[in-house]
Amino acid sequence: MKLGRWFVPVVGGLAFVYLLVPIVYIFVFSFNDAGRTNLEWRGFTWDNWANPCGAPAVCESLANSLQVGIVATLIATALGTCIALGLVRYKFRFRKLTDVLIILPLATPEVVLGASLLAQFLNLGWELGYWTIVIAHTVFCMSFVIVTVRARVSSLDPRLEEAAADLYASPRLAFWKVTFPLLLPGIVAAALLSFAMSFDDFIITNFNSGNFQTFPKFIYVSATRGIPAQANVIGSAMFIIALLVVIIGQIISYRKKKQLEKI
Amino acid sequence: MNANLAPTLPATRTSGADLELRAVTKRFAEFVAVKELDLLVPSGTFFALLGPSGCGKSTTLRMIAGLEAPSEGSISIGGADVTSLPSHKRPVNTVFQSYALFPHMSVRENVAFGLKRKKDPEAMAKAQAGLDMVELAHLANRKPAQLSGGQQQRVALARALVNRPQVLLLDEPLGALDMKLRRQMQLELKTIQTEVGLTFIHVTHDQEEAMTMADVVAVMNEGRIEQMGPPRELYELPRTAFVANFLGKSNLMRGEVTGQRAGLLEVDVAGRSVLLPEERAVQASGQVVVGVRPEKITIDRSSSGAAHNELSGTVIDVSFTGTTTEYLVDVPGIGRIGTFSQNRGQQPAAVGDAVYLYWEADYSFGLAGDERMDAGVEQ
Amino acid sequence: MTQTITKSGLSDLRSKDEIRAERRKGRTGVYLVAPGLLVLALFFALPVVVLLAMSLYVKPPGAEIGEFVPGFEIGNYATVLSAYWPELLRSFGFALIATVLALLIGFPMAYLVAVRLREKPLLQGILLVLLIAPFFSSFILRTQAWKQILADEGFIAQTLKFVAILPADGHLTATPFAVVAGLTYNFLPFMVLPIYANLGRLDTRLLEAAGDLYASPVNSFAKITLPMSAPGIFAGTLLTFIPAAGDYVNAALLGNNRNTTMIGQVIDSRFFKVIDYPGAAALSFILMLSILILVTIYIRRFGTKELM
Repeated sequence: MKLGRWFVPVVGGLAFVYLLVPIVYIFVFSFNDAGRTNLEWRGFTWDNWANPCGAPAVCESLANSLQVGIVATLIATALGTCIALGLVRYKFRFRKLTDVLIILPLATPEVVLGASLLAQFLNLGWELGYWTIVIAHTVFCMSFVIVTVRARVSSLDPRLEEAAADLYASPRLAFWKVTFPLLLPGIVAAALLSFAMSFDDFIITNFNSGNFQTFPKFIYVSATRGIPAQANVIGSAMFIIALLVVIIGQIISYRKKKQLEKI
Repeated sequence: MNANLAPTLPATRTSGADLELRAVTKRFAEFVAVKELDLLVPSGTFFALLGPSGCGKSTTLRMIAGLEAPSEGSISIGGADVTSLPSHKRPVNTVFQSYALFPHMSVRENVAFGLKRKKDPEAMAKAQAGLDMVELAHLANRKPAQLSGGQQQRVALARALVNRPQVLLLDEPLGALDMKLRRQMQLELKTIQTEVGLTFIHVTHDQEEAMTMADVVAVMNEGRIEQMGPPRELYELPRTAFVANFLGKSNLMRGEVTGQRAGLLEVDVAGRSVLLPEERAVQASGQVVVGVRPEKITIDRSSSGAAHNELSGTVIDVSFTGTTTEYLVDVPGIGRIGTFSQNRGQQPAAVGDAVYLYWEADYSFGLAGDERMDAGVEQ
Repeated sequence: MTQTITKSGLSDLRSKDEIRAERRKGRTGVYLVAPGLLVLALFFALPVVVLLAMSLYVKPPGAEIGEFVPGFEIGNYATVLSAYWPELLRSFGFALIATVLALLIGFPMAYLVAVRLREKPLLQGILLVLLIAPFFSSFILRTQAWKQILADEGFIAQTLKFVAILPADGHLTATPFAVVAGLTYNFLPFMVLPIYANLGRLDTRLLEAAGDLYASPVNSFAKITLPMSAPGIFAGTLLTFIPAAGDYVNAALLGNNRNTTMIGQVIDSRFFKVIDYPGAAALSFILMLSILILVTIYIRRFGTKELM
């Protein structure tokens, strides 16, 4: 019993440390007075944080990544949510086929997704760039959105909609007043996951981006020559922003709950 | 809680409307849930639909609510045909078995939901008054998940009642509550119904609940109404074995009509003579099933001396329940007969005793001879 | 809210299923599903078919580099398979080891967050964010960081050499170990999150009940916790194994060119460096098929419907 009590927190805690080691490293080296290559410690400086766009292409690639991420996420979330709703609520022929079409992208390694899309784009003669990446990201994010939201839709109590209808809400109103608000947390979670995956994707992007630079691609390309310390600034900042946004959200909802309990 | 009900209710007493079902049938893919049901519930009645699970009572309720469309037949409320009207346009509200409270809204928003859909300018104020009525005004800002089962039940009730529907449907709303809370809520529901004067349709599988609360009870079985009437009438004079067994307990015996005199039928039950009033019998000749309620039977160690309506047997089980003692007596040629006696003086018999069982002829009732004796017995 | 099975509870469940079983008919469903499915058909299904076709292309005599004509050259498959079967096997081997390691590391993490910290929602929330937030610091940046942390002149390698765990001329980077460690690290969140989602629903009173029925902690873990988190483990292993098998960033950054090359690297270089489209396409297809076969066997053997 003693062993069991300590085993989980110790191993779990160490695993979290393991997860965070490179991030701490990235953070520390974002203060390195690195010059060209950020491989060894050369002294502390604020310069990189004061001027994160100082190194060429860092901020451009970041802006590109954000743009692709937001657009692909919006499209994937909208289309995916509609599919999830349609599949759970309506009758279809070819349901099995549809299921395969949705699940298969999840069971396909990124290289293959990237390679097949590249083959398609080459075949169509499309120029690789912003839109080809958006399309590629939309495809792999959409499957995630469908699976996440579908689980949410099918766990939704259908009697809630009946109750809404019983209380004079038309089907449209019942959807917007009851169904949608209840699905929203799932949709938001799916969208955040989509954005994270799009933002962090390298392999599929690498196949379909041509000369278009994204943040991961920029780092991969610079890795051989030396990654500028500004990239560490961006990586750390993104991590911290993500952390803060969610933690603040958590605290707000936690406070709300506490307050409600007091009433 | 009941004492302060009146002041919080609006001064104008809204009354319910007649509900009528004509030849309503509901078929699902493989089976018929409701068969040619005819039903007339007069305005202001507390009406209970009683039956075992799967008897079609919930389907009937869902058709009245508009959540299910009848395959055949028509439904009208207050004289207006609503058969093709979608749920959200019917003057009907439901208290769902699972309550179906909206988890993302506060209690007050839940109660105001229907009023807002009807664009009632005083939705919030009326919702608050509705919560006052069920004594939950102080919890108006909570989310449903933060309430106990009984509180959720009251919110569901308030949410339906504030709309002043012409017909209020209750789908086993007390099913999830524990026994004590259930009794309390039964009383409250009954009081509220009397106060507001709405037509209540209450679906339940609990016969005791149906009898305590309802003005009229309809016993449903396999998609049909077996018998309908005031609780006492149903209990005292069941017309089918199902009703006799499902509503309380009955002792049923097979026999054959041998004679008829002075409005009484004489029935031969395994060699013994049982008298039964002709107007209490479904049929007056041939094979019949004679029934008598356990509490109508007197158990005694000595014979009453009467030539009719007396059986003899051996006590095989005695169980003490507090106010009464229940006996199970094995009567040769007939089977087991149950009865009980009030725990007043001494105990009339013990296991193994030879006893006499007798009752007044007026308490007998007669059913059709082809009835299954165990129909409606709860397993 | 916890569920107790009562008579009414059961009939509730049934009526819920009954309602759901009755899916609506109508056009709206088609309108909802059609646009998304069209995107999937045009940019997933069709490309796979194009890829299949491309894998059979032939190089006409005297053609320039990168010039191919449609054909039906099944020999492409034999060529790439005989040349690259070691990389293919290695990819699956690395992915398998990484998946097992991620499960061993990830399960305690998920259990810690989902069960042990159930009463501390704030800490639970923070740890949960820490699982997802690394995505935003770029996985290539983190892999590169590992490369530098494990570098020969780095603190860890020096220490290991000092205590003679690592021979003086040994390396941590540019080894299979580094690649597998990188794979494990990068796909860890994909393992933890599904298990977390499953353990979050675990009713700890079941463990108390098991203890009450004379089960030792190890026993109740094996008989209750593990089976009840099986769908999460199932999803987690798939979400780790599939991308790990196709990954090439870890092998490229943390490996060497001798005994760590993975199939993804080969596909990438066939496409972009050698400009051998049919070969790359054939390899992609082989990779996809072998993963589908492995996954199908896995689902048949351990599968639950949860994933679908």
